[in-house]
Amino acid sequence: MNDNEATTHHHGSPPDQVVLEFKNVSKTFTAGKRKIKALDNVEVRVPAGVITGLIGPDGAGKTTLMRLAAGLLVPDTGTITVLGLDATHDSLAVQASIGYMPQRFGLYEDLTVQENLDLYADLQGVARDQRVDRYRELMRMTGLAPFTSRLAGRLSGGMKQKLGLACTLIHPPQLLLLDEPTVGVDPVSRRELWSIVDRLVREQGMSVVLSTAYLDEAEQCHEVIMLHLGKLLGKKPPGEFSRKLEGHAYTVRAPGLNKRNVQKKLAQGAGVIDAVIQGERVRLVMDSTERPAIKELLEGSDDALLQPVPARFEDSFIAMLRSQTSKPKSLAPQTDFNQRRRIGGGDNKVIEVHDVARRFGDFYAVKHVTFDVKQGEVFGLLGANGAGKSTTFRMLCGLLPPSGGQLRVAGLDLRKAAAAARARIGYMSQKFSLYGNLSVRQNLNFFSGVYGLHGQRRAAKIAWALQQFELEGQADAVSSDLPLGYKQRLAMACALMHEPEILFLDEPTSGVDPLARREFWLRINELAEQGVTVLVTTHFMEEAEYCDRLAIMSAGKILALGVPAEIKQEASSRENADPTMEDAFISLIQADEEESESNG
Amino acid sequence: MRLRGLMRKEFLQILRDPSSIAIAFLMPVVLLLLFGYGVSLDAENVPITLVVEHPSAATHRFTKGFWGSNYFDPRQVPSIQEGVRSLLTHQANGLVYVREDFAESLERADGGAIQVIINGVDANNARLISGYVEGVWNDWIRRESQARGSGPPMPVQVQQRIWFNSEVRSQNFLVPGLIAVIMTLIGALLTALIMSREWERGTMEALMVSPVAMREVIIGKLLPYFVLGMGGMGLSVLMAVFLFHVPLRGSLWLLSAGAALFLLTALGMGLLISTLARSQFVASQVAIIATFLPAFILSGFIFDIGSMPPVIQGLTHAVAARYFVAILQSVFLAGNVWSVVLPNALALMAMATLFLAITRRRSRKRLE
Repeated sequence: MNDNEATTHHHGSPPDQVVLEFKNVSKTFTAGKRKIKALDNVEVRVPAGVITGLIGPDGAGKTTLMRLAAGLLVPDTGTITVLGLDATHDSLAVQASIGYMPQRFGLYEDLTVQENLDLYADLQGVARDQRVDRYRELMRMTGLAPFTSRLAGRLSGGMKQKLGLACTLIHPPQLLLLDEPTVGVDPVSRRELWSIVDRLVREQGMSVVLSTAYLDEAEQCHEVIMLHLGKLLGKKPPGEFSRKLEGHAYTVRAPGLNKRNVQKKLAQGAGVIDAVIQGERVRLVMDSTERPAIKELLEGSDDALLQPVPARFEDSFIAMLRSQTSKPKSLAPQTDFNQRRRIGGGDNKVIEVHDVARRFGDFYAVKHVTFDVKQGEVFGLLGANGAGKSTTFRMLCGLLPPSGGQLRVAGLDLRKAAAAARARIGYMSQKFSLYGNLSVRQNLNFFSGVYGLHGQRRAAKIAWALQQFELEGQADAVSSDLPLGYKQRLAMACALMHEPEILFLDEPTSGVDPLARREFWLRINELAEQGVTVLVTTHFMEEAEYCDRLAIMSAGKILALGVPAEIKQEASSRENADPTMEDAFISLIQADEEESESNG
Repeated sequence: MRLRGLMRKEFLQILRDPSSIAIAFLMPVVLLLLFGYGVSLDAENVPITLVVEHPSAATHRFTKGFWGSNYFDPRQVPSIQEGVRSLLTHQANGLVYVREDFAESLERADGGAIQVIINGVDANNARLISGYVEGVWNDWIRRESQARGSGPPMPVQVQQRIWFNSEVRSQNFLVPGLIAVIMTLIGALLTALIMSREWERGTMEALMVSPVAMREVIIGKLLPYFVLGMGGMGLSVLMAVFLFHVPLRGSLWLLSAGAALFLLTALGMGLLISTLARSQFVASQVAIIATFLPAFILSGFIFDIGSMPPVIQGLTHAVAARYFVAILQSVFLAGNVWSVVLPNALALMAMATLFLAITRRRSRKRLE
């Protein structure tokens, strides 16, 4: 929403009224022997009647800030004032006047939609005679009216999110705190949530604080509080964050060159802050307004096209993170990694999935899915939580038998194949299956042992992993104490110890900060270049751009399959000639819904 | 309104979640059936081998005591080798050896000798068998001397009467004690589990940020599970009286009052555990180790507290179930014995107050 709208629609609250104020707030948690500074001397003032975004990667302190504001935690130092009340001493009074939606929406899954509403109406003390109207309004707003007798646990992720919101709004709060309301839900629900929140602010003058790890959502906020590792990095309107980088951003088009190659070269170039793949181009952010010498960066590609583009919020975030952490050393080609996989060319199908379904009771998690993956390809499964990505994955890895259809991985059925076949695949699960109480080195040792590496070869491989994944400094640290980005690297190293031909990565980038995500994708590119086939699931739409081909999944079905550009192309319309992956996703879901409606 | 909302939610959840119904109603049935029928501290139909090397009228008079007893399931063999083999192969738990010179030796002045060998691995069982064998053989001596009219007269006549459990059925004493164990399960395990479930599923955070007071959250959990626990209690009492024919000599009113007190203590323990453990796994482990096992072992339900070493005896005072077992056993088997019920009830009251007070103090509306 834009600033004009925000300021013209205040209801009774003067524009500069502050609904939430943090003064010198610090909060430390102890986990075992380790102390974690979740918030470090944070100063925040949240104005009334607008949406304030709380942006930062996992571990930035967003949830701690929310919980402090809701009076659920007591700060070590400093004071917190919410709607003129002290959040620590008057926490009950604060809680009576705010609405707070925790990350998992706080729903009772074994109660129906209506029963959840009743419970929260009782808890919030909403008078009985007001309820009918209030329920009707909330159901209209969230579109849940047809589902009031359904158990909350049976709702889709997006519907749960809206029900959670309805429950927090049952007694209209003056201040609404939403903790990562959009994480993992599908883009359609994301957009709907944003439009509901926009309307609350516009029509009722509600003040909203919303935390998110999606950087594109920052641009919809009136003001953004940027947090990183407990520290406040900045607080201003999103436009002002990116204004500093105006004139630093370009898109690069290098015909005839592999876009992943272009991105890798650019990312390691001098003076480059950020290089990400965007469609058929690479988006480049430089550290100065000086026009980059593209030919040098790309080592003599003559026909590379450089086009200036406006800066985005994300650029400023990356720039800020870069200034906080040292730039990763260049990812030298992993010469040690076996080259044999190149043999066989690119048309070898290494994963074949034909008409595969998986049923749990009467619920189909995966409905007759068909696709295949060629050798050396990076293939993405894109979809919201509950779309069936992880189920498909577990079937491919032989962890779950399909209810129907055929699956072949490296020419073998992993359900029946011997351990030798499994040795050809590497699997990194969503939760980074590491042994939390073992050190980094012990984890590597264990996983290399499991896959039968011994003696010299094991030692060499561990040394390689420590060096390649920049874990040398942490080799003897207990892995549960590592920051998420390190855990992710370690998990990937463990999955690679036995040099698998096929790598399965299940939501590898969920929750890690944008820098770690970028590094991660560079590593994936490296592997793909060496002929490793990579299958990856993600709910980040922009990550789809890194894939050679992808399948968009929703409710157990594949809605689209192909090269990212093709998928986007199909969604283009007269109004939107150059749709983003998210636009494409939304139009696919809508088309699918229309189709199922017309089929009855 | 808030409390009513919380309680309605709790009842709905109990109705929808088969696991709490199972713990409250299925578990008592299974445990009672298991202990009522499966576990018996009486030895019945003990397999025993009678080695009679030279069967005669005299040996028959002796051995018929074994055949006629329902404590024994005897088998007669002619040689000691065969007898020993039956002991080694666990076909028999005891052996009575009547040598070939048994009949002659009866006539001698120093009397005859029989040998009894008992498998002593299960000490309790061995003692029982030895007692029963002794009974059979005392009985035989009495009959023999009466028949001869000559033997030495019995110096003392023992007139034995067993009070409270005149049939000496171990069920009569196990089943009431078992009720205490079952109530511990419902009270402590179930509450600990459902509170930690709220933490695990993130609903506790949502409850805390609503304007409910922590007192209301606690009462909202206590009341529904109190009702559920009393239901489980009622079921157990019905089964005890009608299925196992345990006499209920005291008043039902007193029994319910005692049960209510104990249930509050158990719920208090469960809630206290859940303030410490926020995952269902840890909560169930702690609940089993801290409440269920002590209730099983240290409550006097199976093992007599009086015969434990002093240190352990001291420890049993911290086990709430011990007081309830005492109340249960006296109300069921003896009647309203106030001198037993009152001190135990007071102890329960003190423990319930203590646990609930600590829970109340410890549970603040904070996530730390």
